[in-house]
Parts: sequence; C-alpha cells; structure tokens
Amino acid sequence: MFTQLPLIILVLPLLGFLLLIFLGKRLPRKGDWLAAGLLITALALSLSLLISKLAGQPDESFTQTFRWLAIGTHTIHFGITIDNLSAVMLVVVTLVSSLVHLFSIGYMKDDPRYSRYYAYLGLFSFSMLGIVLTSNLLFMYIFWELVGISSYLLIGFWYEKKSASNAANKAFIVNRVGDFGMFLGIMILFVNFATFSFKEIFDLVEAGQLPYGSTGWLTTAGLLIFCGAIGKSAQFPLQVWLPDAMEGPTPVSALIHAATMVAAGVYLVARMFPMLTADALLVIAYIGAITSFLAASIALTQFDIKRVLAFSTISQLGYMILALGVGAYTAGFMHLVTHAAFKAGLFLGAGSVIYAMHQVLHAQNDHHTDAQDVRNMGGLKSKMPVTYYTFLMFTLAISGIPLTSGFLSKDEILAGTLAYSTLNGHWLLPLLGFVVAGMTAFYMFRLLLLTFHGNPSDRERISAIKESPLVMTLPLIVLATVSLFVFYSFNPFGAADGWLYQAIERPISMVPNMLQPVDAGIFEEAVHHIHGTAMVLSILFALSGILLAIGMYYWKKIKAENLVQRTGVLYDLSFNSWYFDELYDRIFVSGLFLLTRISKWFDEHIIDAIVNSSAWVSRGIASVAGLFDTNIVDGLVHATAASADRAGSMLSKIQTGKIQTYLVYVIFSFLVLFILFI
Amino acid sequence: MELMITPWLAEPGLVHFLIVSALLLSLGLMAVLSRRNVIMVLMGVELILNSANINLIAFSRYTSLSLEGQMIALFVIIIAAAEAAVALAIVLNMYSRFNTVHLDEIDSLKG
Repeated sequence: MFTQLPLIILVLPLLGFLLLIFLGKRLPRKGDWLAAGLLITALALSLSLLISKLAGQPDESFTQTFRWLAIGTHTIHFGITIDNLSAVMLVVVTLVSSLVHLFSIGYMKDDPRYSRYYAYLGLFSFSMLGIVLTSNLLFMYIFWELVGISSYLLIGFWYEKKSASNAANKAFIVNRVGDFGMFLGIMILFVNFATFSFKEIFDLVEAGQLPYGSTGWLTTAGLLIFCGAIGKSAQFPLQVWLPDAMEGPTPVSALIHAATMVAAGVYLVARMFPMLTADALLVIAYIGAITSFLAASIALTQFDIKRVLAFSTISQLGYMILALGVGAYTAGFMHLVTHAAFKAGLFLGAGSVIYAMHQVLHAQNDHHTDAQDVRNMGGLKSKMPVTYYTFLMFTLAISGIPLTSGFLSKDEILAGTLAYSTLNGHWLLPLLGFVVAGMTAFYMFRLLLLTFHGNPSDRERISAIKESPLVMTLPLIVLATVSLFVFYSFNPFGAADGWLYQAIERPISMVPNMLQPVDAGIFEEAVHHIHGTAMVLSILFALSGILLAIGMYYWKKIKAENLVQRTGVLYDLSFNSWYFDELYDRIFVSGLFLLTRISKWFDEHIIDAIVNSSAWVSRGIASVAGLFDTNIVDGLVHATAASADRAGSMLSKIQTGKIQTYLVYVIFSFLVLFILFI
Repeated sequence: MELMITPWLAEPGLVHFLIVSALLLSLGLMAVLSRRNVIMVLMGVELILNSANINLIAFSRYTSLSLEGQMIALFVIIIAAAEAAVALAIVLNMYSRFNTVHLDEIDSLKG
C-alpha cells in the first residue's frame, strides 16, 4: 500500500496535465472538472495514506526504487519514499492544490487560455508531489526544475503584459543562481559517494566517510544544497523574485508562491537535515533570521495587497528556515504546514477581493484604478462578509494569536530560537524572531483594516462590490477551518501534544560528533524550560503590533503620515524594498554592462590593434611581393608576349590576303614534299 | 620491229592518257593561279578535277583495278557538280559583299 498508492497520487496530476494540454479545448467546460476531480482524488488518497501510515506504522519509512538508467558501473534509480514527513507534505500539497483548482473555476472563468491554465496547475502539482516523494537527490533536482518551469509558465501566464513576462524571467533566472549551487552540492556528494540516494548518503556519512575526507567539504556540500533552498524559498539574498512573481494569477500565487513551491526549500533542508553540520545550520539559521526581518520590514509600508502578502510569505519562510537552522526541526516543519493553509487562504482571500474589484471596475469601465491597491479599497467588510471573516481568521493565525494554528507553530519556533540562544549565545536570532512577530501582526492588521474597514475610497465603487461566488468562498472556509488549533493539537497552548508534533521527529544527525548540532534531548529540555517565557513574549509582541495597527488605522490616534516623516530614511528603505532591486541592478546588470564595455574596449584597442598591425605587416609584405610581381614576373610575361608579337608581325607579311598567293604556297610546298618523299 | 617504231603512236596506251592528264592539270593550275576573275579560277579547278578523272579511268583500263576507277570518276563528277553549286553560291555572296569578282582586289585577310 505504501508503495503503490504514492505512485498513483504522483501520476494523477500528470495525467490531468497531459489530457488538458492535448484535449483541453475539446473537453466539456474545457476540462476544469477533470483537473479539479483528479486533484481531489489525489487529496482523498493522500489523506487515507496519511491516516493509515500514522495509525499503522508511524515509525517506518518505506522506499521503493526502480532502475532508471545505468551509466557505466553506476545505476541511477528513481525512488519514492514514504515517511511521516512526505505523507504530511502530500496532504498539504494536494489539499492546497485542489482548493486552488476549485477557486480558479470562479477566478479564471473568463480567461481565453482557461484549459491551459489547468494543465499548468496539473504539471505543477505533479512536480511538487515529485519533490515530496523522491528518495534521491537527482530526482529532487529534476522535480525542482520542473516546479521551476511550471512556476515560470504560471507567473508569465498573462504574457501579453510586459511586467508579467519580465517577472517570469526574473523568477526563473534568480532561481537558476540558487539551483547552480544546489547542483554543485549534489555533484560533490555524488563524486564522493557515487550515489544520489538520501539514505545511502546519510549511511555513508554516519559510517565516517566525508567528501574529500574533510569536514569542511561536508559543510560546503550542505550549504551548496541549501543554495537551492535560498533560491526556491526566496531567502536572502535571492528574495527579489518572489514579490515580482505576484504578476501571475492570484490563485497561482496562493498555490505556488505561498503554500507549496516556496516551501520546497524548507522541505529540502528538512530532508537533508541529517547531514548538515552545526556550522552549516548556523549559517542557515542566520539567513532565515535576516530574511524574515528584511521581508517583514518591507511589508510594513507596501500598499499592493499581494505585495504585502508576498513579503509576508518571504518573512514566514525565513522563520521556517530559522527554525530548522536552530534545530527546532518539528516546529519549522509544522510552521510550513500551518503556514501553507493560512497563507494560501490569505492569497485566495486577496484573490476574492481583487476579483470583486475587477468586476466592479470593469462594469464602471475604469481601466486606470489599480484593483490591487488597498488605498482603492476600504469598507469592504459589509459587502464581502465571508471573505472578511475568513481573512480575519487567517490574519489572526499568521499574527500568532492563541487558538489558531499559527500560534502553535510560531510559538514553538520562537521558543526554539530562545532555547538555542541560551545554549549557544546567539541572542540575535530570538531577538529578530520576536521583533518580526510584532511586525507581522502590525502589517497584517494594517492590511486587514485598510482593505475591509474604514471609509471607502470611492463610495460608488465600493457599494457595487459583491461577494464572490460559492466556488471561491468554499475554499476560503475550508482553509479558515484548518487554521484552527484543533487540527494540529487538542491543547491550544502546546503543540508538543499534537499528532503532528508526535509524527514528525527531528532525525538523528549523522555528521561526525564534533560537528553535531545541539543534541535533540538537551535542546528539547531547553525548549521545555523556556517555553512559558517564549509564549508570553510572543503574545506580547503580537498584541503590541496589533494595537499599533489599530491605533493607526482604526482609531486614527496616531497619524501614519507623521510616522512616515519621523522615520524618513527607514521608511524609504522599507517602501523601496531596501533598494535590493536597484542594488542588484547596479551591481549585476550594470556590472555586466561594464564588463561588456571593457570587453568592447579590449576588442577595439587590443584585438583590433593586433589585427590591424598584422594587416599592416602583411600589406608591407604584399607591396614587396607586388613590386616583384609587376617588375619581374610581369616583365617576363610581357617579354614573352612582346617577342611573340614581333614574330607575329614579321610573319604576318606573308599573309597577303590574296588567295592565289596562298595557293602558290600550297602547291609549292606540295611539290617540295613530293620531291623529298618520293 | 614494228613494236619498236610505233608503240606510242599506233596504239594509245597508259602513257598517252597520263600525258594528257598532266597537261590538263597544268592548264588548270595555270588558270587557278593566274586568272583574276574568280569564275575563271573555278573553271581551272574543274580542269584539275577532270585531269584526275582521266587518270582514274586510264588506270582502271590499263591495270587490274577493273571498274573501281571508273566508279570513283563518276563520284568525282557528281561531287564536282555539287562543288560548283556551292562555289558559285560563294562567288555570288562574295560579289554582293565586295562588289567585285576579282581576286586580287579581295585581300581583307592581309596580315
């Protein structure tokens, strides 16, 4: 069961992709029922798989491999692994994916490339499930690139828009940078261990084998593979592509750029965890902390509803990476799961709002107003009650308010960072973590208040807004429901008692003893010790963020404009995303141009000079040869010609032109011959 | 005795024919080389041809070649007729081009 069922789950979306890409337009309703149906089937199968796994053999790991190809003495396998980690991820991916399929039926219904959209979603779901299920690094990489390409296709889905196709290119190219590192990491491992399989690599590391015999290379390999996660999960310094990726259709943002694909980086780190050394994990933790702080600070000042959510996603992904880095493995993965639900919900809620705005703007023939700018909204609460209440639920969850799923996972992460700092002294990590928790609460409530409360920016427009159809609100309700704590733990203040926490256990580190991260037992002890403090602190930070937001945007006690002026440079930094795009433009794009200018100069002044001087030399040689030619060779030729000419003119005297003279010659010669030979 | 006095007068033999033929050839050559008028030159050519015919027939009569020489002579006559036609056409063209039939005036091939 644990070997065939995952294969079926994996193949279902691929089947949908193939059917829709070839037959999509000919199917009734362009095949949306087929795509959604296949995904819901996959969800049902995944759920049954998860339940029977957890109920039956929760501690086992099932792997099945097929020979894929043999090169020389190496055989490369395609394999699938079912353990608790992949079983949970299967449910997360198929759940979000099937809800997004449903939501898209409403959101995309007038699109001319409707069936292709569903085909791409199918391709994406297939690749994502591949990442989740694969048992070796090579196939991880292959599926990794497949999600990359389907992400590219979906970001650039409305490719007629220049900004959309640019964003697709940017996402793909920035990811390529990270994937390059990942590939190097995989190759280091393969060259040394001659295998791609996770399990075999871990076994070899445990047996004391190290790449090139050095622990430094083990850390390097781990960090290089982490580069792939930096790219896919939009971590600092490759976070720039994710905000631009919001050019894609909003349900796509929910599926790919919030819940699943960007979490693949976190999943990769979780998979590789047993071979990551303490040094590598420390780097990972800092990258996560920096990312989450940077992104949260940017989200504070954005006005585009989807951009706020995009930066919030980067920030939350940073949290997960931070958690894995400090060794709070379960908390990081749990945050992945809870975040997938409430962030997908936030995006779908935003999609619902944008859809409603679009309908009204379209009806009013208004093509200038930005349907995504929160300044054009306000007061939508009474018009879109379902969207509002579900959005509120998601906002509470992401802000880490008790009784929500987000509280459970975020609280565990913060407790983990705090415990880590008490053990290792890296106090910056929990500090950033708590500050980000406050910032998250602030910008999410700011978004909620600006969108749904307050005075409508345009009374006529807002009064025409209608709630989205059931096919769009149903996924919101489902996601809002699973954002409640009960689905993860029956104790609203302790994730550790829940099934998820029990099922996902931090794997035993395989690296040599001196490089081991903090022992799981000691770490758990520290977490347990500090849990209460962390909880109180995290609630405090969240509440102060919320209060500040309400004070600014609901009670209007604090003028936002004053704060903007007061913080001047900081505001500019935040509003312009810390000028990262400009910085990269300045360094890489301009750097490239500078390089081309240098090359051009080199070409013009060095290469051309060489060419020109060699031309000059050959011209000199040629003119000497020319002199020889005209004077000696031509002289000989001319002399021959002249002598022939002179002989000719002498002999031409014989040619009188009179036929009878010739006849005399003929007869005379004949006579001579006659006399001579007879 | 008789044979000693009269052989070449009494009974015309091969030699007689050859002498006549040689005379005719010389006359023809003379005409071809010395006449200015191209028609006369052509007539000289005919004389040469006929001298050859006499030779052929004479050899056919006095040697063992039997009729073959006469056959060739017939061919020569026919070809001479054809040649005369072609030659006269050339002469006509020549006249229309140079306005003369005098060979010494036509020397555009002079070197």
